[in-house]
Amino acid sequence: MGNEATNVPQILPEFERLNPGIKVDVQALPWTAAHQKLLTAYAGDSLPDLSQVGNTWVSEMAAIGAISPLPSVAGDLLTDQFPAVLETNRIDGRPVATPWYVDTRLLFYRSDLLEQAGHGAVPQTWVGWKEAMHAVKRRAGADKFAVLLPLNEFEQLLTFGLQGEEPLLKDEDTRGNFSSASFVAALAFYKSLFDEGLAPVASAAQISNVWTEFERGWFSFYFSGPWTIGEFKNRLKPETRWMTSGVPGPTGPGASAPGGSSLVVYRSSPRQEAAWKLVRFLSDPAVQARFNVITGDLPARESAWATPSVADDPYIAAFKGQLSRAKAVPKVPEWERIVTEMQIVAERMVRGEYTPEAAGAEIDRRADRLLEKRRWMMERGRA
Amino acid sequence: MTDVRLNMAKVEAEAAAPPRRRPGTALSRERAAWGFVAPALIAIGVFFAIPVFAALLLSLTDFDIYALADLHNVRFVGLQNYERLFANPLFWGAMKNTGLFAVLGVPLSIAASLAAAVILNARVVKWRPLWRVMFFAPYVTTLVATAVLWNYLLHTRYGVINWAIASVGLPPVDWLGQPENSIPAILMFVVWKIFGYNMLIFLAVLQTVPDDLYEAARIDGAGAWKRFTNVTLPAIAPTLLLVSIISVAGFFQLFAEPYVMTQGGPAQSTVTVLYFMYEEGFKWWNLGSASAVAFVLFICILAVTLVQLAVAKRMGAYE
Repeated sequence: MGNEATNVPQILPEFERLNPGIKVDVQALPWTAAHQKLLTAYAGDSLPDLSQVGNTWVSEMAAIGAISPLPSVAGDLLTDQFPAVLETNRIDGRPVATPWYVDTRLLFYRSDLLEQAGHGAVPQTWVGWKEAMHAVKRRAGADKFAVLLPLNEFEQLLTFGLQGEEPLLKDEDTRGNFSSASFVAALAFYKSLFDEGLAPVASAAQISNVWTEFERGWFSFYFSGPWTIGEFKNRLKPETRWMTSGVPGPTGPGASAPGGSSLVVYRSSPRQEAAWKLVRFLSDPAVQARFNVITGDLPARESAWATPSVADDPYIAAFKGQLSRAKAVPKVPEWERIVTEMQIVAERMVRGEYTPEAAGAEIDRRADRLLEKRRWMMERGRA
Repeated sequence: MTDVRLNMAKVEAEAAAPPRRRPGTALSRERAAWGFVAPALIAIGVFFAIPVFAALLLSLTDFDIYALADLHNVRFVGLQNYERLFANPLFWGAMKNTGLFAVLGVPLSIAASLAAAVILNARVVKWRPLWRVMFFAPYVTTLVATAVLWNYLLHTRYGVINWAIASVGLPPVDWLGQPENSIPAILMFVVWKIFGYNMLIFLAVLQTVPDDLYEAARIDGAGAWKRFTNVTLPAIAPTLLLVSIISVAGFFQLFAEPYVMTQGGPAQSTVTVLYFMYEEGFKWWNLGSASAVAFVLFICILAVTLVQLAVAKRMGAYE
């Protein structure tokens, strides 16, 4: 898919050389259509032998029974991996997919502006971070902001929400738990960033060019994933100084959601053995380190991080810490839709329609409605 | 000789046969008629009636991703899908966008194709086949290719359209990035894409308007505009009705253009009913509620068409 589909043919000739008789045929899908196409392929019984799957889709593909469980000989592929990512791929206690590359979101910040405001590094608590943001904003001026939190993206609020002690869904993931004390605290923190003028009330479509605005100091903190490293390196002027940092939490370094892609072998494939051979090849730490150089994707195997090309990149360092603090999101097929609704309510809260408490209750109400089918399935022992 | 006599007898018998057979064969003629329409009827039944009926049933269930895994997970939910649909603001937003597309797009595209047809029909125009091909070419070109092309034309900084706007001193327009501009931008594209087809229909019917009518009008002292409104328009009224019905149905089913050009954005300003249905059905895999959307759309198109027919009848466009 996307960048990976463009670049994976570069490393496949080696696999074909090592495994004569196996020929790999790569079909590229755009990320925007991949999810639909895989589900449609399942319905039409035309899935490939194996594919890359976004980590958040694994539970869905497993729920419809499309994925072939990991054979016992492939057990060693799951060692040397980040625990939170593995947890995402464990359905009913069984691992079903092999992490291929990982990502998570953290803070990109203007180290020069933060320094001028009197902070050497990003404070790792919400309170400290907010103070630093106020200091940055005081220097930058009233017409500028400290952090960009696009109102149509759920990832930022989800990150704050994940940092609380309480889970986001309760009753075996059949009901929303968004009115819990810790999530309401996250909502209140999120809202306060807008109320105090630290974040612009804007959606991503209204920001014409993130790089230019970041360069101009319109905002100094930006939430994003590893792909932004390459973009910033290419697009920002060399004199603009920036760095990556772990996400601050309520009381100390905070969690964020693990992302990335895994490799799955489909149940419908008649060539299971060959497919697992390819998974094993792509999971090899040395191959992963090479793939990182080509694509910028962060390797899933922790030992691949020790390769000089990965270890010497100062911007990547913060990702390692952030990944070790990553926390899996609930594994229900409805999750994507629940967070979409969560963000719709959050946007209204920011625009003044709800208090944090009322917003939490409203998200619960919407989540419960989306999970109604799941409750019915659980009652019948089918989920 | 016998041969001849036999033949004579045969001829006589044949000559006598038609009057004798006529009353008795009404049934067999009817049977033959059914035989002739049967292939069409079977095709309509298999490819239209059965799917429509299945979709109606589907819209009363909660067929979703769980049902895809196991058919036992389907429940009959009555009208719940419709209830939820009507409570969903995005659905109403999609209805509003679709309505806007239809209200602006139908008159625009009909006006464009009629104007092109009238101009091409005029005797004074040279190279007529060439113009016809040029106007018709967008209709037969692949949609995705033309959409990509228009993405360039509409580009905020490098597009030809903004270059033209800037050359008369107006500020550039962010065509596909601002919610208030995205519908006009897509409308321009759609009208350009489809007007050639209706133009051909109009051209065909314009050529059937007798010249002596124009001549008589000219002798009576009617100018070009008078001749157009009093001779051309009444003569092509039934075709105008047909084209407007087809256009309304087409604009209500607008999907591929926003899908390729804007993915429903910015800020969901180009989500049409069909796009909404697609997302509901194939993004979230709620085929039950997607079928409900399809039915609501079907009823809307039916209602608008009936209104059009009633209006046309009153105006005497057809009997």
